[in-house]
Amino acid sequence: MSVFNQPRKRVIQLICLSMVTLIVVRLFYLQVVETKYSKLADANAHLRKVIYPSRGIIYDRKGRSVMRNEALYDLMVTPRSVKNIDTGYLCEVLGIDKEEFIKRIANARMKEGPVRPSVFASLLTPEVYGKLQESMYMFQPGFELVLRPVRSYPYGVGANVFGYISEITPGMLNDSSGKYSAYQQGDYIGMTGLERTYENILMGQRGIQYLVKDNLNRPQGPLENGEFDTAAIAGKNLRLAMDIELQLLGEKMMKGKVGSIVAIDPQTGGILAMVSGPTFDPNLLSGSYRAKNLGRLLTDTVSPMFNRAISASYPPGSTFKPITGLIALDEGTVGPEFGFDCRGGYGNCGRFSKCLHSNVGHASNMRNALANSCNAYFMHLYRLCVDNKKWGNTGAGQAKFVSYLNDMGLGRRLGVDIPNEKSGDVPDTARMNRRYSGLWNSCSEMYVGMGQGLLGLTPLQMANAMCIIANRGFYFVPHFVESIDDDHSGMLKKYKEKHRVANISDDAFSSVVLGLEDVVTKGTAKGVQIEGVAVCGKTGTAENKARINGQTVQLKDHSLFVGFAPKDNPKIVIAVIVENSGFSTTYAVPIASILMEKYLTDSISPKRRLALDKMIEANTISPEMKAKSKLDSLNSVSYMALAGDELLRKIIAK
Amino acid sequence: MNRPQAKLTAGIDWPIFGMYLALVFIGFLAIFAAEYREGDHVIQNLLSQNKNWARQVLWFGVSMVLALGIWLTDSKFFTATANLLYAFGILLLLVVLAIGTGVKGSNSWLELGGFRFQPAEFTKLCTNLALAKYLSSMETDFTKMRSRLIACAMVLIPFGLIILQDETGLALVYLCFFLVMFREGLPGILLVIAFSAIILVLSALLVDKYVLLYVFTGIAALVVYFMRREIRRKRSKLMMIIGVWAFCSAFVMFIVPFAFTKVLKDYQVRRIEVMLGKENDPKATYNTRQSMIAIGSGGFWGKGYLKGTQTRFDFVPEQSTDFIFCTIGEDFGFFGSLLFLGIYVALLFRIIFIAERQRSTFSRVYAYGVASIIFFHLAINISMTIGLAPVIGIPLPLVSYGGSSLMTFTMLIFIMLRLDADRQMVLR
Repeated sequence: MSVFNQPRKRVIQLICLSMVTLIVVRLFYLQVVETKYSKLADANAHLRKVIYPSRGIIYDRKGRSVMRNEALYDLMVTPRSVKNIDTGYLCEVLGIDKEEFIKRIANARMKEGPVRPSVFASLLTPEVYGKLQESMYMFQPGFELVLRPVRSYPYGVGANVFGYISEITPGMLNDSSGKYSAYQQGDYIGMTGLERTYENILMGQRGIQYLVKDNLNRPQGPLENGEFDTAAIAGKNLRLAMDIELQLLGEKMMKGKVGSIVAIDPQTGGILAMVSGPTFDPNLLSGSYRAKNLGRLLTDTVSPMFNRAISASYPPGSTFKPITGLIALDEGTVGPEFGFDCRGGYGNCGRFSKCLHSNVGHASNMRNALANSCNAYFMHLYRLCVDNKKWGNTGAGQAKFVSYLNDMGLGRRLGVDIPNEKSGDVPDTARMNRRYSGLWNSCSEMYVGMGQGLLGLTPLQMANAMCIIANRGFYFVPHFVESIDDDHSGMLKKYKEKHRVANISDDAFSSVVLGLEDVVTKGTAKGVQIEGVAVCGKTGTAENKARINGQTVQLKDHSLFVGFAPKDNPKIVIAVIVENSGFSTTYAVPIASILMEKYLTDSISPKRRLALDKMIEANTISPEMKAKSKLDSLNSVSYMALAGDELLRKIIAK
Repeated sequence: MNRPQAKLTAGIDWPIFGMYLALVFIGFLAIFAAEYREGDHVIQNLLSQNKNWARQVLWFGVSMVLALGIWLTDSKFFTATANLLYAFGILLLLVVLAIGTGVKGSNSWLELGGFRFQPAEFTKLCTNLALAKYLSSMETDFTKMRSRLIACAMVLIPFGLIILQDETGLALVYLCFFLVMFREGLPGILLVIAFSAIILVLSALLVDKYVLLYVFTGIAALVVYFMRREIRRKRSKLMMIIGVWAFCSAFVMFIVPFAFTKVLKDYQVRRIEVMLGKENDPKATYNTRQSMIAIGSGGFWGKGYLKGTQTRFDFVPEQSTDFIFCTIGEDFGFFGSLLFLGIYVALLFRIIFIAERQRSTFSRVYAYGVASIIFFHLAINISMTIGLAPVIGIPLPLVSYGGSSLMTFTMLIFIMLRLDADRQMVLR
């Protein structure tokens, strides 16, 4: 029988072969033609782990590090591995109850799944960390401690300058511009201040380590012996123009006061100190209690997180008079010898505006007018500038005046290297039209000439304008960072560029400078004199009105001082504003003098120590506001606060 | 056997024996690769038998003892006990149905003093022997309808019993005996009809039933039009066309939906739908998807032995049993897979060659049975790992981990070798 069906052997062989061929074709497609499977396999089995570099450090002008990278620990949990632990004891150490424990485990499970670690308690306090480390063996393998670098600030100052770092927000992560595409959830990023501006430099370059993982996402070791890994590159260090001791002294003196100090090295534009009072200890926004403290600081009645030095705008008052003079000279409207016959006021505009002086000849030339701070002289000068026939009409004259101000960095952002700088206010055409419904002349805002009216400057702008005078015509954009270690970013290029804004003969310039010197030697700022140093400056008392309950109320004047020293080789320009503190001699002048002396001579003379103590003790914040503020108690809990006081004593004793 | 003084290995077919050893060794390597982790103590694992590959070594030892036993047995023993063994096998299947132990959704296992044993595997051997015995007996005339029905019944009884144990995959393997029967004279038209039926089932699953109804009607109309002369001559042809049309239509309209809702289990329906790409449930597709990723990521040359990330890190489920081919595909790539399949094809062709050189019908039918069983296992198992067939759990012969499977295939092959060694004898 078999013989009959012999050909069927072929059929069966054919069936086998065709089936195997089908399989081979399919295999060829899967393994050779289609490439997505190897990608899918990599996605399955590769784990990309980011290695964080240490963040760059910031040093002051003398190479002192103003911050440290401190190691804090996060307690991480891997929910599935939590077995047979003494939950009660862990809760006790962490200071949480059982319900919270269960909630956090559930959260961790939701966030990262049951087999990957997620944060159970972040940035443990040193005490909790100490206790946990001893008993960690009891909670393993479910729990582990993971290192988190955090900033700490040994001087406890410069909070608004340095800024703070915190976990990247969901909003930033969802940002469509791709600015934050390199970040992942849980990454730290500079939120304000220098930490934000120089984020890319401080952050360094993250390393990437590839691991292989199993089907439950558990790492199983390095991929290809680390062949594809990239090492982390540490962040670069920033070197500031700031003198940290000057900053400390300034902050201590602004304690209990609302206001601001800006000190600039006019020859480079480097900011020596920038204080906004009242301020807070930057250590409050670093470490275990960051979130809690941030909430308190943001809601405090004295707004400690508002950097008044760059964000608040003040009427400059008399400190603006040298600028009016400078513009008049540069325009060629008047010469330095120009005099005005002031009889105790200015009446050319129909109403009589009083002047402090009425003796004949107190404004016989620009130097005298500055030394005596003659209101009438500078109001008149402003009007002459605006009405100068050269410009054609008053409107054009006003526009020209404003363009001078803009050139000097007023009414626009200077471009300092921390965020949130405001532009201040200048009486430009649009603002004049709005204020006077389009009908105005040089009389309308004649007060601008003496630093009042539609004029508002940030303390930084005041200091920078004084730099132009100190430098006899030029300035550098004020900035904190003088150099970056191993820098290729080009971020500092714009701060090395000299901006010349006035082309006035030395003679004419010296009349302004001498006027400012007279202010110190015989005028309102006698208190600022430093032995052996020629100091120039201008005090100001800015009227200050506020609308309270629908009524315009005259508040206590702001006290101002803007000056520089030494006269011929200026090394420091300083602007001090103390809000609502009355005459400038009380606070602004002593504060400026102490800081200038400290910077120029690196010591504080014994006769000034009394004044220093007085400044530190004095409180000009209204009692109602002070009563609601929790800032002092917040600052005093910071463990660095004492260190700051210790340092201060050392500085004074020098 | 005529010469008692002959060497032990006299008459053995070395190519088959060599390929047998090669496949078992490849299987061992693959199971080892699927389980081994860096730092494992190989000797310790082997001694403590706590890994599948270590147990497979033991099973191989047991299989070799069985093989030796078979080799030393007289060929006549197998013809003599074929029917008895078949009866015993059916009995075991019935016992399993009554007291079977469940492993992963099926009740096909028997516990015997700590060892688990799957009679459905063993019954393949019994059925093969019994079928060979029946077809080779003097009374059987395979051109008669009655004989054919009896042969079919011998296959379909264990098939049905195993279906009842929820081991659809193992049951399907029994259909391979129709290939044997085809060789022995079952009309070829049956194969064509079976093939058409598969096409019909697939289209019923893939295409909307109303569309199919129109298509069938259209085809029937065309056939009637082109055959109008023959139909005029012979009315019965028209009746036949209408009959086929009615059957096909009824099949897609009623029988398939009925089978899907009433007969098949939910998970079986889902697997079929997943395989056809009708359902994208990630859980249901997980096995096939991971298996295809593992094989596909192997590329042309493979990742190298013990370098496959997918199989080593447990992405592929059941990777030492049903999905063992993933390890080969991933570590050795297309090239390795081709060589591997080549061994199987060579084995199958060698078995067919051996079958055709037998003088006795019993040996020939038996050998064809062995070839068919191996072929079905191979085709279904590999198709399932590369997404050509639904996931039905049947092992890859001689390669997959598992004692029942390895021992059954060892016995199948060595009985064949014994019969082949005695091919000069006429066995009934």
